[in-house]
Amino acid sequence: MSVDTAAGAGLFDCRDAFSRTVESLAESDPRVVTVVSDSVGSSKLVNFGRRWPERMVNVGIAEQTLVAVGAGLANGGKIPFVSAASSFLTSRALEQIKADIAYSNVNVKLVGQSSGVAYGELGPTHHSIEDLAWLRVLSNLTVIVPSDPWETEQAIRAAAALDGPVFIRMSRMPVPAVPRHTQRFEIGHAEVLSEGSDLAIICNGVMVHRALAAATALRAEGIGARVVNMSTISPLDETEIIAAAGTGAILTVEEHSVRGGLGSAVAEIVTSHDPVRVHRMGFPGFLPTGSAAWLFEHYGLTAGGIVRAARKLVRSN
Amino acid sequence: MSSPMPSPLANDLVDAIREKSLWIRRRSFRMVYEAQLGHPGGDFSAADILATIYFGVLRFDPRLPADPARDRFVMSKGHCTGAFYATLAAAGYFPEAELATYMKPLSRLNGHPNRTYLPGIETNTGPLGHGLPVAIGIAIAGQIDHAGYRVFVLTGDGELQEGSNWESALTAGHRKLDNLVLIIDRNRLQQGARTEDTAGLDPLDDKFRAFGWEVVMLDGHDPAALLETLSLPRQGRGKPLCVIANTVKGNGVSFMRDNVAWHHGVPNKEQFEQAMRELVP
Repeated sequence: MSVDTAAGAGLFDCRDAFSRTVESLAESDPRVVTVVSDSVGSSKLVNFGRRWPERMVNVGIAEQTLVAVGAGLANGGKIPFVSAASSFLTSRALEQIKADIAYSNVNVKLVGQSSGVAYGELGPTHHSIEDLAWLRVLSNLTVIVPSDPWETEQAIRAAAALDGPVFIRMSRMPVPAVPRHTQRFEIGHAEVLSEGSDLAIICNGVMVHRALAAATALRAEGIGARVVNMSTISPLDETEIIAAAGTGAILTVEEHSVRGGLGSAVAEIVTSHDPVRVHRMGFPGFLPTGSAAWLFEHYGLTAGGIVRAARKLVRSN
Repeated sequence: MSSPMPSPLANDLVDAIREKSLWIRRRSFRMVYEAQLGHPGGDFSAADILATIYFGVLRFDPRLPADPARDRFVMSKGHCTGAFYATLAAAGYFPEAELATYMKPLSRLNGHPNRTYLPGIETNTGPLGHGLPVAIGIAIAGQIDHAGYRVFVLTGDGELQEGSNWESALTAGHRKLDNLVLIIDRNRLQQGARTEDTAGLDPLDDKFRAFGWEVVMLDGHDPAALLETLSLPRQGRGKPLCVIANTVKGNGVSFMRDNVAWHHGVPNKEQFEQAMRELVP
Protein backbone atom coordinates (compact mmCIF):
# COMPACT_ATOMS: atom_id res chain seq x y z
CA MET A 1 0.00 0.00 0.00
CA SER A 2 1.20 3.47 -0.79
CA VAL A 3 0.82 4.63 2.82
CA ASP A 4 3.57 2.21 3.78
CA THR A 5 6.10 4.12 1.74
CA ALA A 6 4.98 7.49 3.06
CA ALA A 7 7.78 7.19 5.62
CA GLY A 8 10.34 7.33 2.82
CA ALA A 9 11.69 5.14 0.06
CA GLY A 10 12.16 1.64 1.44
CA LEU A 11 11.15 2.74 4.90
CA PHE A 12 7.99 1.77 6.71
CA ASP A 13 5.89 3.00 9.61
CA CYS A 14 4.99 -0.13 11.60
CA ARG A 15 1.72 1.48 12.68
CA ASP A 16 0.46 0.93 9.14
CA ALA A 17 1.09 -2.79 9.52
CA PHE A 18 -0.64 -2.68 12.91
CA SER A 19 -3.82 -1.01 11.67
CA ARG A 20 -3.94 -3.06 8.47
CA THR A 21 -3.60 -6.31 10.44
CA VAL A 22 -6.18 -5.37 13.06
CA GLU A 23 -8.62 -4.50 10.27
CA SER A 24 -7.90 -7.80 8.58
CA LEU A 25 -8.56 -9.65 11.85
CA ALA A 26 -11.74 -7.65 12.45
CA GLU A 27 -13.08 -8.61 9.03
CA SER A 28 -13.14 -12.29 9.92
CA ASP A 29 -13.63 -12.14 13.70
CA PRO A 30 -16.45 -10.02 15.14
CA ARG A 31 -14.89 -10.30 18.59
CA VAL A 32 -12.05 -7.97 17.58
CA VAL A 33 -12.59 -4.45 18.89
CA THR A 34 -10.31 -1.48 19.47
CA VAL A 35 -10.15 0.72 22.55
CA VAL A 36 -8.56 4.15 22.43
CA SER A 37 -8.11 7.21 24.63
CA ASP A 38 -8.53 9.93 22.03
CA SER A 39 -5.63 8.12 20.34
CA VAL A 40 -7.38 7.28 17.06
CA GLY A 41 -5.10 9.13 14.63
CA SER A 42 -1.87 8.39 16.50
CA SER A 43 -2.83 4.71 16.45
CA LYS A 44 -3.68 4.92 12.74
CA LEU A 45 -7.16 3.60 13.53
CA VAL A 46 -9.16 6.26 11.66
CA ASN A 47 -10.12 3.75 9.01
CA PHE A 48 -11.06 1.10 11.59
CA GLY A 49 -13.40 3.60 13.24
CA ARG A 50 -14.92 4.44 9.88
CA ARG A 51 -15.53 0.79 9.04
CA TRP A 52 -16.74 -0.37 12.46
CA PRO A 53 -17.78 2.65 14.52
CA GLU A 54 -19.59 0.48 17.06
CA ARG A 55 -16.46 -1.63 17.54
CA MET A 56 -14.15 1.25 18.38
CA VAL A 57 -14.51 2.36 21.99
CA ASN A 58 -13.06 5.80 22.63
CA VAL A 59 -13.10 6.40 26.39
CA GLY A 60 -11.59 9.87 26.16
CA ILE A 61 -8.30 10.92 27.70
CA ALA A 62 -8.49 8.46 30.57
CA GLU A 63 -5.84 5.74 30.53
CA GLN A 64 -6.98 3.94 33.70
CA THR A 65 -10.45 3.60 32.21
CA LEU A 66 -8.91 2.66 28.85
CA VAL A 67 -7.14 -0.39 30.26
CA ALA A 68 -9.92 -1.42 32.65
CA VAL A 69 -12.54 -1.14 29.89
CA GLY A 70 -10.31 -3.47 27.85
CA ALA A 71 -10.48 -5.99 30.71
CA GLY A 72 -14.27 -5.62 30.84
CA LEU A 73 -14.63 -6.08 27.09
CA ALA A 74 -12.62 -9.31 27.35
CA ASN A 75 -15.02 -10.45 30.10
CA GLY A 76 -17.83 -9.78 27.62
CA GLY A 77 -16.16 -12.08 25.07
CA LYS A 78 -14.32 -9.51 22.97
CA ILE A 79 -10.69 -9.48 21.81
CA PRO A 80 -9.81 -5.87 22.55
CA PHE A 81 -6.78 -4.12 21.09
CA VAL A 82 -6.16 -1.30 23.54
CA SER A 83 -4.07 1.30 21.79
CA ALA A 84 -2.53 4.48 23.18
CA ALA A 85 0.79 6.27 23.49
CA SER A 86 3.08 3.85 25.27
CA SER A 87 4.30 6.40 27.80
CA PHE A 88 0.79 7.10 29.12
CA LEU A 89 -0.63 3.61 28.63
CA THR A 90 2.10 1.91 30.59
CA SER A 91 2.82 4.40 33.35
CA ARG A 92 -0.50 6.14 34.03
CA ALA A 93 -2.38 2.84 33.99
CA LEU A 94 0.30 0.55 35.40
CA GLU A 95 -1.87 -0.64 38.30
CA GLN A 96 -4.72 -1.45 35.90
CA ILE A 97 -2.25 -3.39 33.71
CA LYS A 98 -1.04 -5.25 36.78
CA ALA A 99 -4.38 -6.01 38.49
CA ASP A 100 -7.04 -5.94 35.76
CA ILE A 101 -4.98 -7.40 32.91
CA ALA A 102 -1.95 -9.43 34.05
CA TYR A 103 -3.05 -10.67 37.49
CA SER A 104 -6.61 -11.23 36.27
CA ASN A 105 -5.01 -12.99 33.25
CA VAL A 106 -7.52 -11.73 30.70
CA ASN A 107 -7.51 -11.77 26.92
CA VAL A 108 -6.50 -8.16 26.26
CA LYS A 109 -3.95 -6.90 23.75
CA LEU A 110 -2.23 -3.70 24.83
CA VAL A 111 -0.55 -1.73 22.08
CA GLY A 112 1.94 0.90 23.22
CA GLN A 113 2.19 3.38 20.36
CA SER A 114 4.98 5.82 19.53
CA SER A 115 7.20 4.07 22.04
CA GLY A 116 10.83 4.75 22.85
CA VAL A 117 12.06 8.23 22.00
CA ALA A 118 9.86 8.73 18.92
CA TYR A 119 8.48 11.93 20.43
CA GLY A 120 12.05 13.29 20.61
CA GLU A 121 11.85 16.99 21.39
CA LEU A 122 8.65 16.59 23.44
CA GLY A 123 10.86 15.25 26.19
CA PRO A 124 10.97 12.54 28.86
CA THR A 125 7.27 12.87 29.79
CA HIS A 126 6.49 11.61 26.30
CA HIS A 127 9.39 9.19 25.91
CA SER A 128 8.62 5.60 26.73
CA ILE A 129 11.98 4.12 27.64
CA GLU A 130 10.93 2.58 30.96
CA ASP A 131 7.92 0.60 29.70
CA LEU A 132 9.72 -2.69 29.17
CA ALA A 133 11.27 -2.54 32.63
CA TRP A 134 7.96 -2.27 34.41
CA LEU A 135 5.99 -4.59 32.14
CA ARG A 136 8.40 -7.49 31.79
CA VAL A 137 8.16 -8.29 35.51
CA LEU A 138 4.40 -8.82 35.37
CA SER A 139 3.46 -12.50 35.38
CA ASN A 140 1.16 -13.76 32.61
CA LEU A 141 1.87 -10.74 30.38
CA THR A 142 3.57 -11.50 27.07
CA VAL A 143 5.72 -8.57 25.89
CA ILE A 144 6.69 -8.22 22.22
CA VAL A 145 8.84 -5.59 20.49
CA PRO A 146 8.55 -6.04 16.73
CA SER A 147 11.30 -4.81 14.41
CA ASP A 148 9.56 -4.13 11.09
CA PRO A 149 6.18 -4.31 9.32
CA TRP A 150 6.38 -8.06 8.72
CA GLU A 151 7.13 -8.83 12.35
CA THR A 152 4.48 -6.35 13.47
CA GLU A 153 1.85 -8.19 11.48
CA GLN A 154 3.05 -11.54 12.84
CA ALA A 155 3.04 -10.23 16.40
CA ILE A 156 -0.49 -8.83 16.09
CA ARG A 157 -1.79 -12.09 14.59
CA ALA A 158 -0.01 -14.20 17.22
CA ALA A 159 -1.35 -11.95 19.99
CA ALA A 160 -4.90 -12.31 18.69
CA ALA A 161 -4.51 -16.09 18.53
CA LEU A 162 -3.15 -16.30 22.07
CA ASP A 163 -5.80 -16.50 24.80
CA GLY A 164 -4.10 -14.21 27.31
CA PRO A 165 -2.71 -10.74 27.92
CA VAL A 166 -0.12 -9.32 25.52
CA PHE A 167 1.72 -6.01 25.29
CA ILE A 168 3.03 -5.03 21.86
CA ARG A 169 5.43 -2.11 21.66
CA MET A 170 4.90 -0.12 18.48
CA SER A 171 7.28 2.40 17.04
CA ARG A 172 6.36 5.26 14.76
CA MET A 173 9.92 5.66 13.51
CA PRO A 174 10.53 4.63 9.91
CA VAL A 175 12.32 1.30 9.58
CA PRO A 176 13.38 -0.82 6.61
CA ALA A 177 12.15 -4.37 6.17
CA VAL A 178 14.56 -6.65 8.05
CA PRO A 179 16.11 -9.27 5.72
CA ARG A 180 15.30 -12.79 6.86
CA HIS A 181 16.27 -16.24 5.62
CA THR A 182 13.20 -17.85 7.10
CA GLN A 183 9.96 -16.11 7.80
CA ARG A 184 8.79 -17.76 10.95
CA PHE A 185 7.48 -15.88 13.97
CA GLU A 186 6.74 -17.56 17.25
CA ILE A 187 6.10 -15.84 20.58
CA GLY A 188 8.98 -16.54 22.95
CA HIS A 189 11.41 -17.60 20.22
CA ALA A 190 14.32 -15.34 19.32
CA GLU A 191 15.43 -15.09 15.74
CA VAL A 192 19.09 -15.40 14.70
CA LEU A 193 19.45 -12.99 11.79
CA SER A 194 23.20 -13.20 11.28
CA GLU A 195 25.75 -15.81 12.32
CA GLY A 196 29.06 -14.99 13.97
CA SER A 197 31.25 -16.38 16.71
CA ASP A 198 33.17 -13.39 18.07
CA LEU A 199 30.26 -11.81 19.89
CA ALA A 200 26.48 -11.77 19.94
CA ILE A 201 24.40 -8.65 19.49
CA ILE A 202 21.01 -9.10 21.13
CA CYS A 203 18.52 -6.45 20.13
CA ASN A 204 14.90 -5.80 19.22
CA GLY A 205 12.56 -3.22 17.74
CA VAL A 206 14.03 -0.34 15.78
CA MET A 207 17.56 -1.37 16.78
CA VAL A 208 17.49 -4.57 14.74
CA HIS A 209 18.24 -3.02 11.35
CA ARG A 210 20.99 -0.91 12.90
CA ALA A 211 22.53 -4.01 14.49
CA LEU A 212 22.44 -5.83 11.14
CA ALA A 213 24.19 -2.91 9.43
CA ALA A 214 26.77 -2.95 12.20
CA ALA A 215 27.31 -6.71 11.75
CA THR A 216 28.00 -6.19 8.05
CA ALA A 217 30.59 -3.51 8.83
CA LEU A 218 32.17 -5.68 11.55
CA ARG A 219 32.46 -8.61 9.16
CA ALA A 220 34.54 -6.45 6.85
CA GLU A 221 36.93 -5.97 9.77
CA GLY A 222 37.04 -9.68 10.46
CA ILE A 223 34.72 -9.62 13.47
CA GLY A 224 31.88 -12.13 13.32
CA ALA A 225 28.75 -10.85 15.08
CA ARG A 226 25.80 -13.10 15.74
CA VAL A 227 22.70 -10.88 15.59
CA VAL A 228 19.77 -12.10 17.68
CA ASN A 229 16.37 -10.45 17.40
CA MET A 230 14.86 -10.92 20.87
CA SER A 231 11.45 -9.58 19.91
CA THR A 232 9.68 -11.36 22.75
CA ILE A 233 11.10 -9.93 25.95
CA SER A 234 8.70 -11.86 28.16
CA PRO A 235 8.76 -14.85 28.17
CA LEU A 236 12.46 -14.76 27.31
CA ASP A 237 14.13 -17.25 24.99
CA GLU A 238 16.70 -18.36 27.54
CA THR A 239 18.14 -21.05 25.28
CA GLU A 240 19.06 -18.47 22.67
CA ILE A 241 20.63 -16.21 25.31
CA ILE A 242 22.77 -19.06 26.63
CA ALA A 243 23.77 -19.87 23.04
CA ALA A 244 24.68 -16.21 22.52
CA ALA A 245 26.87 -16.35 25.62
CA GLY A 246 28.75 -19.14 23.86
CA THR A 247 30.35 -16.55 21.59
CA GLY A 248 32.16 -15.15 24.61
CA ALA A 249 30.63 -11.64 24.70
CA ILE A 250 27.19 -10.11 24.44
CA LEU A 251 26.23 -6.65 23.35
CA THR A 252 22.61 -5.72 24.02
CA VAL A 253 21.11 -2.85 22.06
CA GLU A 254 17.72 -1.38 22.86
CA GLU A 255 15.67 1.78 22.45
CA HIS A 256 15.05 1.81 26.19
CA SER A 257 16.72 2.72 29.43
CA VAL A 258 19.75 0.54 30.09
CA ARG A 259 18.22 -0.07 33.49
CA GLY A 260 15.65 -2.82 33.58
CA GLY A 261 15.03 -3.55 29.90
CA LEU A 262 16.35 -6.11 27.43
CA GLY A 263 19.96 -5.74 28.57
CA SER A 264 19.02 -6.36 32.18
CA ALA A 265 16.86 -9.32 31.19
CA VAL A 266 19.75 -10.85 29.24
CA ALA A 267 22.17 -10.20 32.11
CA GLU A 268 19.83 -11.96 34.54
CA ILE A 269 20.03 -15.13 32.46
CA VAL A 270 23.73 -14.94 31.60
CA THR A 271 24.81 -14.45 35.22
CA SER A 272 22.92 -17.59 36.22
CA HIS A 273 24.92 -19.73 33.80
CA ASP A 274 28.52 -19.32 32.57
CA PRO A 275 28.85 -15.56 32.82
CA VAL A 276 30.41 -13.68 29.93
CA ARG A 277 30.74 -9.93 29.63
CA VAL A 278 27.47 -8.19 28.77
CA HIS A 279 27.69 -4.61 27.54
CA ARG A 280 24.34 -2.85 27.55
CA MET A 281 23.62 -0.13 24.99
CA GLY A 282 20.57 2.06 25.46
CA PHE A 283 19.59 5.34 27.05
CA PRO A 284 20.92 6.35 30.47
CA GLY A 285 17.69 7.83 31.89
CA PHE A 286 15.76 11.07 31.40
CA LEU A 287 17.10 12.55 28.19
CA PRO A 288 17.94 16.11 27.16
CA THR A 289 16.09 18.02 24.45
CA GLY A 290 16.64 16.73 20.96
CA SER A 291 15.01 15.04 18.01
CA ALA A 292 14.72 11.27 17.98
CA ALA A 293 17.45 11.10 15.32
CA TRP A 294 19.71 13.34 17.40
CA LEU A 295 19.12 11.26 20.52
CA PHE A 296 20.03 8.03 18.69
CA GLU A 297 23.19 9.69 17.36
CA HIS A 298 24.11 11.32 20.67
CA TYR A 299 23.86 8.06 22.62
CA GLY A 300 25.58 5.98 19.96
CA LEU A 301 22.51 3.95 19.10
CA THR A 302 23.50 3.83 15.43
CA ALA A 303 25.21 1.26 13.25
CA GLY A 304 28.47 3.16 13.80
CA GLY A 305 27.97 3.30 17.55
CA ILE A 306 27.25 -0.42 17.67
CA VAL A 307 30.40 -1.13 15.62
CA ARG A 308 32.54 0.88 18.04
CA ALA A 309 31.02 -0.80 21.10
CA ALA A 310 31.37 -4.26 19.54
CA ARG A 311 35.01 -3.66 18.57
CA LYS A 312 35.84 -2.52 22.09
CA LEU A 313 34.02 -5.46 23.65
CA VAL A 314 35.76 -8.05 21.48
CA ARG A 315 39.22 -6.48 21.98
CA SER A 316 38.85 -6.27 25.76
CA ASN A 317 37.73 -9.86 25.96
CA MET B 1 -42.85 5.46 40.22
CA SER B 2 -45.66 3.11 41.15
CA SER B 3 -45.14 1.19 44.34
CA PRO B 4 -47.47 -1.77 44.48
CA MET B 5 -48.20 -3.54 47.73
CA PRO B 6 -45.63 -6.30 48.16
CA SER B 7 -47.07 -9.59 47.08
CA PRO B 8 -46.88 -12.56 49.47
CA LEU B 9 -44.23 -13.96 47.13
CA ALA B 10 -42.15 -10.79 47.43
CA ASN B 11 -42.54 -10.92 51.21
CA ASP B 12 -41.27 -14.48 51.19
CA LEU B 13 -38.32 -13.41 49.06
CA VAL B 14 -37.47 -10.54 51.38
CA ASP B 15 -37.60 -12.91 54.36
CA ALA B 16 -35.36 -15.35 52.53
CA ILE B 17 -32.87 -12.57 51.73
CA ARG B 18 -32.85 -11.46 55.37
CA GLU B 19 -32.10 -15.03 56.37
CA LYS B 20 -29.20 -15.14 53.91
CA SER B 21 -27.72 -11.84 55.03
CA LEU B 22 -27.83 -12.98 58.65
CA TRP B 23 -26.06 -16.19 57.64
CA ILE B 24 -23.48 -14.17 55.64
CA ARG B 25 -22.75 -12.00 58.68
CA ARG B 26 -22.41 -14.96 61.03
CA ARG B 27 -20.34 -17.05 58.62
CA SER B 28 -18.02 -14.23 57.52
CA PHE B 29 -17.40 -13.19 61.12
CA ARG B 30 -16.39 -16.74 61.96
CA MET B 31 -14.01 -16.66 58.97
CA VAL B 32 -12.46 -13.42 60.22
CA TYR B 33 -12.26 -14.75 63.79
CA GLU B 34 -10.56 -17.97 62.69
CA ALA B 35 -8.18 -16.23 60.27
CA GLN B 36 -7.63 -13.31 62.67
CA LEU B 37 -7.63 -11.25 59.49
CA GLY B 38 -10.25 -9.49 57.43
CA HIS B 39 -12.46 -6.44 57.09
CA PRO B 40 -15.58 -7.25 59.13
CA GLY B 41 -16.93 -3.68 59.33
CA GLY B 42 -17.34 -3.50 55.56
CA ASP B 43 -18.51 -7.13 55.41
CA PHE B 44 -21.43 -6.14 57.63
CA SER B 45 -22.34 -2.93 55.81
CA ALA B 46 -22.42 -4.85 52.51
CA ALA B 47 -24.11 -8.06 53.69
CA ASP B 48 -27.71 -7.06 52.89
CA ILE B 49 -26.70 -5.68 49.49
CA LEU B 50 -24.83 -8.88 48.59
CA ALA B 51 -27.68 -11.09 49.81
CA THR B 52 -30.26 -9.09 47.83
CA ILE B 53 -28.21 -9.15 44.63
CA TYR B 54 -27.35 -12.86 44.72
CA PHE B 55 -30.64 -14.20 46.06
CA GLY B 56 -33.13 -11.76 44.56
CA VAL B 57 -31.74 -10.01 41.51
CA LEU B 58 -28.81 -11.63 39.68
CA ARG B 59 -29.48 -14.17 36.91
CA PHE B 60 -26.73 -16.76 37.18
CA ASP B 61 -26.07 -20.47 37.28
CA PRO B 62 -23.13 -21.42 39.52
CA ARG B 63 -22.58 -24.51 37.38
CA LEU B 64 -22.01 -22.26 34.34
CA PRO B 65 -19.84 -19.43 35.68
CA ALA B 66 -18.67 -18.46 32.17
CA ASP B 67 -22.15 -18.42 30.60
CA PRO B 68 -21.98 -15.45 28.19
CA ALA B 69 -25.59 -14.54 29.02
CA ARG B 70 -25.08 -14.35 32.80
CA ASP B 71 -25.65 -11.14 34.71
CA ARG B 72 -22.33 -9.90 36.07
CA PHE B 73 -21.54 -8.81 39.60
CA VAL B 74 -18.23 -7.02 40.16
CA MET B 75 -17.01 -6.73 43.76
CA SER B 76 -15.00 -3.54 43.68
CA LYS B 77 -14.59 -3.37 47.45
CA GLY B 78 -12.36 -6.41 47.17
CA HIS B 79 -11.19 -6.25 50.77
CA CYS B 80 -14.63 -7.41 51.95
CA THR B 81 -13.97 -11.01 50.97
CA GLY B 82 -15.48 -12.35 54.19
CA ALA B 83 -18.97 -11.41 53.07
CA PHE B 84 -18.23 -11.96 49.37
CA TYR B 85 -16.88 -15.51 49.74
CA ALA B 86 -19.68 -16.46 52.15
CA THR B 87 -22.16 -15.17 49.56
CA LEU B 88 -20.51 -17.07 46.70
CA ALA B 89 -20.51 -20.29 48.75
CA ALA B 90 -24.18 -19.80 49.66
CA ALA B 91 -24.89 -19.18 45.97
CA GLY B 92 -23.36 -22.55 45.11
CA TYR B 93 -20.07 -21.57 43.47
CA PHE B 94 -17.98 -23.70 45.82
CA PRO B 95 -18.57 -25.83 48.94
CA GLU B 96 -19.27 -23.96 52.14
CA ALA B 97 -16.64 -26.09 53.89
CA GLU B 98 -13.96 -24.30 51.88
CA LEU B 99 -14.72 -21.06 53.74
CA ALA B 100 -12.72 -22.54 56.62
CA THR B 101 -9.55 -22.10 54.52
CA TYR B 102 -9.98 -18.30 54.34
CA MET B 103 -6.51 -16.72 53.91
CA LYS B 104 -4.73 -19.93 54.91
CA PRO B 105 -1.59 -20.86 52.90
CA LEU B 106 -2.46 -21.92 49.34
CA SER B 107 -6.19 -21.37 49.91
CA ARG B 108 -8.29 -20.34 46.92
CA LEU B 109 -9.77 -17.79 49.31
CA ASN B 110 -7.09 -15.09 49.09
CA GLY B 111 -7.48 -11.92 51.10
CA HIS B 112 -8.72 -10.31 47.90
CA PRO B 113 -10.71 -12.11 45.19
CA ASN B 114 -8.93 -13.83 42.30
CA ARG B 115 -10.94 -14.99 39.28
CA THR B 116 -8.32 -17.61 38.40
CA TYR B 117 -8.72 -19.27 41.81
CA LEU B 118 -12.49 -19.38 42.20
CA PRO B 119 -15.53 -19.47 39.90
CA GLY B 120 -17.99 -16.59 40.13
CA ILE B 121 -15.39 -13.83 40.31
CA GLU B 122 -15.42 -11.53 37.27
CA THR B 123 -12.19 -9.59 37.85
CA ASN B 124 -9.45 -9.47 40.45
CA THR B 125 -9.87 -6.55 42.80
CA GLY B 126 -8.18 -5.29 45.93
CA PRO B 127 -6.64 -1.99 44.95
CA LEU B 128 -9.54 0.47 45.10
CA GLY B 129 -11.19 2.13 42.13
CA HIS B 130 -10.81 -0.87 39.81
CA GLY B 131 -14.27 -2.44 39.76
CA LEU B 132 -16.33 0.33 38.20
CA PRO B 133 -14.19 0.86 35.07
CA VAL B 134 -13.99 -2.90 34.45
CA ALA B 135 -17.77 -3.20 34.92
CA ILE B 136 -18.16 -0.39 32.40
CA GLY B 137 -16.11 -2.40 29.89
CA ILE B 138 -18.41 -5.40 30.43
CA ALA B 139 -21.45 -3.16 29.96
CA ILE B 140 -19.98 -1.75 26.73
CA ALA B 141 -19.48 -5.30 25.43
CA GLY B 142 -23.15 -5.95 26.23
CA GLN B 143 -24.12 -2.72 24.48
CA ILE B 144 -22.13 -3.66 21.34
CA ASP B 145 -23.76 -7.11 21.25
CA HIS B 146 -27.25 -5.92 22.25
CA ALA B 147 -26.97 -8.62 24.91
CA GLY B 148 -29.60 -8.84 27.62
CA TYR B 149 -27.31 -9.21 30.60
CA ARG B 150 -26.98 -6.57 33.30
CA VAL B 151 -23.82 -5.53 35.09
CA PHE B 152 -23.84 -4.74 38.82
CA VAL B 153 -20.85 -3.31 40.64
CA LEU B 154 -20.48 -2.70 44.36
CA THR B 155 -18.02 -0.07 45.55
CA GLY B 156 -17.29 1.33 48.95
CA ASP B 157 -17.70 5.05 49.53
CA GLY B 158 -14.17 5.93 50.63
CA GLU B 159 -13.13 4.15 47.45
CA LEU B 160 -14.76 6.92 45.44
CA GLN B 161 -11.83 9.14 46.37
CA GLU B 162 -9.91 7.24 43.66
CA GLY B 163 -9.95 9.27 40.42
CA SER B 164 -10.42 6.20 38.23
CA ASN B 165 -14.07 6.07 39.35
CA TRP B 166 -14.75 9.56 38.12
CA GLU B 167 -13.06 9.28 34.74
CA SER B 168 -14.95 6.06 34.12
CA ALA B 169 -18.24 7.50 35.46
CA LEU B 170 -17.88 10.14 32.77
CA THR B 171 -17.54 7.42 30.13
CA ALA B 172 -20.55 5.47 31.47
CA GLY B 173 -22.76 8.56 31.41
CA HIS B 174 -21.54 9.54 27.95
CA ARG B 175 -22.27 6.09 26.56
CA LYS B 176 -25.70 5.93 28.25
CA LEU B 177 -24.99 2.48 29.70
CA ASP B 178 -28.43 1.55 30.96
CA ASN B 179 -27.32 -2.05 31.48
CA LEU B 180 -25.04 -0.88 34.29
CA VAL B 181 -25.93 -0.51 37.98
CA LEU B 182 -23.45 0.89 40.49
CA ILE B 183 -24.25 0.31 44.15
CA ILE B 184 -22.31 2.43 46.63
CA ASP B 185 -21.99 1.00 50.12
CA ARG B 186 -22.32 4.42 51.77
CA ASN B 187 -21.26 3.61 55.33
CA ARG B 188 -19.47 6.96 55.67
CA LEU B 189 -16.36 5.42 57.23
CA GLN B 190 -13.10 4.69 55.50
CA GLN B 191 -10.07 2.94 56.97
CA GLY B 192 -8.92 5.78 59.18
CA ALA B 193 -11.80 8.20 59.69
CA ARG B 194 -15.15 9.45 58.40
CA THR B 195 -15.28 10.07 54.65
CA GLU B 196 -16.60 13.57 55.23
CA ASP B 197 -13.65 14.37 57.51
CA THR B 198 -11.12 12.97 55.03
CA ALA B 199 -12.08 14.02 51.50
CA GLY B 200 -15.81 14.65 51.64
CA LEU B 201 -18.04 13.04 49.01
CA ASP B 202 -21.36 14.83 49.62
CA PRO B 203 -23.48 15.67 47.77
CA LEU B 204 -22.79 12.33 46.14
CA ASP B 205 -26.14 12.11 44.36
CA ASP B 206 -25.62 15.47 42.65
CA LYS B 207 -22.18 14.41 41.51
CA PHE B 208 -23.46 11.30 39.75
CA ARG B 209 -26.45 13.16 38.28
CA ALA B 210 -24.04 15.71 36.87
CA PHE B 211 -22.12 12.84 35.26
CA GLY B 212 -25.26 11.68 33.43
CA TRP B 213 -26.44 8.98 35.83
CA GLU B 214 -29.84 8.24 37.30
CA VAL B 215 -29.54 8.20 41.08
CA VAL B 216 -31.58 6.43 43.76
CA MET B 217 -30.84 6.75 47.48
CA LEU B 218 -32.11 4.07 49.80
CA ASP B 219 -31.50 2.19 53.04
CA GLY B 220 -28.83 -0.38 52.23
CA HIS B 221 -29.99 -2.61 55.05
CA ASP B 222 -33.55 -2.85 53.70
CA PRO B 223 -33.76 -5.81 51.30
CA ALA B 224 -37.26 -4.79 50.19
CA ALA B 225 -36.04 -1.36 49.08
CA LEU B 226 -32.94 -2.83 47.43
CA LEU B 227 -35.01 -5.49 45.69
CA GLU B 228 -37.49 -2.99 44.33
CA THR B 229 -34.83 -0.68 42.89
CA LEU B 230 -32.46 -3.33 41.59
CA SER B 231 -35.24 -5.32 39.93
CA LEU B 232 -36.61 -2.46 37.84
CA PRO B 233 -35.99 -2.97 34.12
CA ARG B 234 -33.21 -0.68 32.98
CA GLN B 235 -33.29 -1.18 29.23
CA GLY B 236 -34.35 1.96 27.44
CA ARG B 237 -33.70 4.26 30.43
CA GLY B 238 -30.74 5.75 28.56
CA LYS B 239 -28.66 6.20 31.71
CA PRO B 240 -26.58 4.10 34.05
CA LEU B 241 -28.07 3.75 37.53
CA CYS B 242 -26.26 4.74 40.71
CA VAL B 243 -27.78 3.37 43.90
CA ILE B 244 -26.48 5.14 46.97
CA ALA B 245 -27.13 2.56 49.66
CA ASN B 246 -26.94 4.24 53.04
CA THR B 247 -25.45 1.72 55.40
CA VAL B 248 -23.77 1.43 58.78
CA LYS B 249 -20.32 -0.08 59.03
CA GLY B 250 -20.39 -3.06 61.37
CA ASN B 251 -24.18 -3.17 61.21
CA GLY B 252 -25.66 -6.04 63.24
CA VAL B 253 -23.25 -6.06 66.18
CA SER B 254 -23.60 -3.40 68.84
CA PHE B 255 -19.93 -2.80 69.60
CA MET B 256 -18.95 -2.69 65.91
CA ARG B 257 -21.68 -0.33 64.71
CA ASP B 258 -20.33 2.80 63.07
CA ASN B 259 -16.96 2.19 64.72
CA VAL B 260 -13.93 2.87 62.54
CA ALA B 261 -11.82 0.48 64.59
CA TRP B 262 -13.69 -2.40 62.95
CA HIS B 263 -12.57 -1.57 59.41
CA HIS B 264 -10.00 -4.33 59.73
CA GLY B 265 -10.37 -5.07 63.42
CA VAL B 266 -10.57 -8.75 64.34
CA PRO B 267 -12.48 -10.18 67.28
CA ASN B 268 -11.13 -11.95 70.33
CA LYS B 269 -13.04 -14.92 71.80
CA GLU B 270 -15.35 -12.80 73.95
CA GLN B 271 -16.14 -10.40 71.13
CA PHE B 272 -16.79 -13.28 68.75
CA GLU B 273 -19.17 -14.94 71.18
CA GLN B 274 -20.92 -11.66 71.93
CA ALA B 275 -21.41 -11.08 68.18
CA MET B 276 -22.84 -14.56 67.70
CA ARG B 277 -25.34 -13.88 70.49
CA GLU B 278 -26.42 -10.67 68.76
CA LEU B 279 -26.53 -12.02 65.19
CA VAL B 280 -29.79 -13.90 65.54
CA PRO B 281 -33.13 -13.52 63.78
